[in-house]
Amino acid sequence: MTFNFLMQNFINALQWGSFYALIALGYSMVYSILMLFNFAHGDIFMVGAYIGLGVATALLALVGTSGAALLPGWLILVLTILISMFLTAFVGIIVERVAYRPLRDAPRASAAITGLMIGIILETSNILFLGGSRLKFPQLIESVTYNIGGVYVTNKKIMIVLVSLGLMLALHQFVRRTKYGMAMRAMAYDYLVIPLMGVSMNRIAAMTFAIGSALAAAAGILFGLAYPVLDPYMGVSFGWKAFVAAILGGRGSIMGACIAGFMLGFIEIMTVPAIQILNRLFALNIGSNLRDLIAYSIVLLILIFRPHGLFGEAYSAKLRL
Amino acid sequence: MKRGAFFIVSLAMVALLLSPSAWAANEIRLGFNIPLTGDNPDVGGSSRNAAEMYLKENPTVNVGGKSYKLKFIYEDNEYKPESAVKINTKLITEEEVLGIIGPQSSSQAVPAGEVANNMATPMISPWSTNPNTTLDRPYVFRGCFLDPFQGPVAANFATDELGAKKAAVIYDIAADYPKGLAENFKEAFEKLHGAGSVVAFESFTTGDKDFSAQMTNIVRTKADVLFIPQYYSEVPLIIRSAKEMGWTRDILGADAWGGGDLMGLCGDDCKGYYFSTHYAAAGAKGATKAFIDAYTAKYGKTPDDVAALTWDTIGLMVQAVKDTGGLSGKIKADRTKVKDALAAVKDFPGITGSMTFTPDGDPKKCAVIVQINDAGQFAFHKSVCPK
Repeated sequence: MTFNFLMQNFINALQWGSFYALIALGYSMVYSILMLFNFAHGDIFMVGAYIGLGVATALLALVGTSGAALLPGWLILVLTILISMFLTAFVGIIVERVAYRPLRDAPRASAAITGLMIGIILETSNILFLGGSRLKFPQLIESVTYNIGGVYVTNKKIMIVLVSLGLMLALHQFVRRTKYGMAMRAMAYDYLVIPLMGVSMNRIAAMTFAIGSALAAAAGILFGLAYPVLDPYMGVSFGWKAFVAAILGGRGSIMGACIAGFMLGFIEIMTVPAIQILNRLFALNIGSNLRDLIAYSIVLLILIFRPHGLFGEAYSAKLRL
Repeated sequence: MKRGAFFIVSLAMVALLLSPSAWAANEIRLGFNIPLTGDNPDVGGSSRNAAEMYLKENPTVNVGGKSYKLKFIYEDNEYKPESAVKINTKLITEEEVLGIIGPQSSSQAVPAGEVANNMATPMISPWSTNPNTTLDRPYVFRGCFLDPFQGPVAANFATDELGAKKAAVIYDIAADYPKGLAENFKEAFEKLHGAGSVVAFESFTTGDKDFSAQMTNIVRTKADVLFIPQYYSEVPLIIRSAKEMGWTRDILGADAWGGGDLMGLCGDDCKGYYFSTHYAAAGAKGATKAFIDAYTAKYGKTPDDVAALTWDTIGLMVQAVKDTGGLSGKIKADRTKVKDALAAVKDFPGITGSMTFTPDGDPKKCAVIVQINDAGQFAFHKSVCPK
């Protein structure tokens, strides 16, 4: 195994982990303040990607009529990300209002089920309106591949990792330094007390859903740039795996979700070269399709020894940094 | 109002129950078992387009000096095996069709073929390349070549024209078509270049989006050619991943590349590569060109291989009905007559090539290698025929 080979897989894993981390954040934040997992979150990621597709197409059409020099590709991309994050935040708020707020006093299992139902509704209405055939995400920026000493990196890969890290950092600062962030942390400590302090529980809950959904939308657009074929079910397996990352990171931990997201990406990607090494060393014939089986067995092992995840604590759900 | 509606529905049902005896006299009924909704609506759409065009050009058939009206019954199998089975049963027992066209994809054609054969009704699948569709089923035929033929075609092409000595393969291990074809290719290539000449045989499972780890392995093996026997919706992501990992050599595909909107999803990434398929629309001549022109004029798009194969399959079925020399009006006896006539068809002049069935119900047909040119068209490169 050469250094190049490891480096190449490292970079691939960094990109793949960015998506898990961004989506896992939404799970973790909602869990910390409402003590429930929003199982529609993977489908909000899908909706975000499709909204991004719509916004990008509309912007491209606008630019097409008024001269391309006005808006270069990267600016369209920035606008697409911002507008889609904004629009998808509303999808999150609506989901919270429709599926979770009426059930605030109901058993947690009921809320989990409504989340799953909302997910199915989002998937099937996509098929209803867009017809179920796969769509291509417009490539807003030219893809350039750099060869750095045998390791191949694309400009998109670098951008995806940087934008994801930037968003995570921004969220960290928001939760730590702003008044709303403080309200979120307070609600995570004790949601019964915060109304006494004049903080509206419903508003903080809606805001948390909005932030989580906006991050999922950003992940969706970045995903569309890297893997430009969108389908209505793209959020299902992705959502589950990001959920695994949220658990692995420790429920309610923001940093935990980020680190576990990247870790999951590494475990998944690195399993393939590991299989290859094993095959060569012991003359085995294991296929790379066993990737998920092996990767998630490792996750299972970690959880057996650290049942509260990497950064979780036994009897606390407070929003930690 | 409600009672009135109920009365009309009852009347209609009674009429339906009574009608089969009425239509047997001067109609030839053919059933279509195709996916009009579900994961692959393009495939069903192309099939119906071709069928409607055929019906418009040939509304009647002359069998043994008697003129029959042709009637097509379209049923949606939703791209699901269980629906395809149900629809075949319905077409055979309720609609009393003389023969069935479809299902198109092997995953539905294999189970549906069982029903057609058990109920002694001739069925032709236009597009299914998996051997099991027709295996040991005298009533089931197909309109295209098989994967055990297509695999060696790709291996020979890679060797002779691309000069490949080492090949890499990436395929979906959880789906019948890619898995079978990948194995056929590997066997044929290793026969030519010795064991171990397929230096990478990487797999993934249906629904995967990231292939970077497999591609890193493949690029490192320094193979001369990469074979991707996948569907049009997966090919763009795999090719992009290959390019991002530094793959600059040839890529070879198979007939599923052509069934759907490959260029719409893939764009410039796919240009310049080759795949084996059933026919090439660009640069066609004679009857094929006439079909393509008529189809394009009617529907505003170039017919894909599904449309062309469906067209030929209908032609084959009608030819077999004519060859019976006269129908008795007894549906069971007539179905067997059509089956025997199908098995005896010699050199049927189809637009996708001339067809003669082997005893298994598979035609001996040539494959076409096309190259995706700079305009995004599938340009004819060469034709490879079975020896």
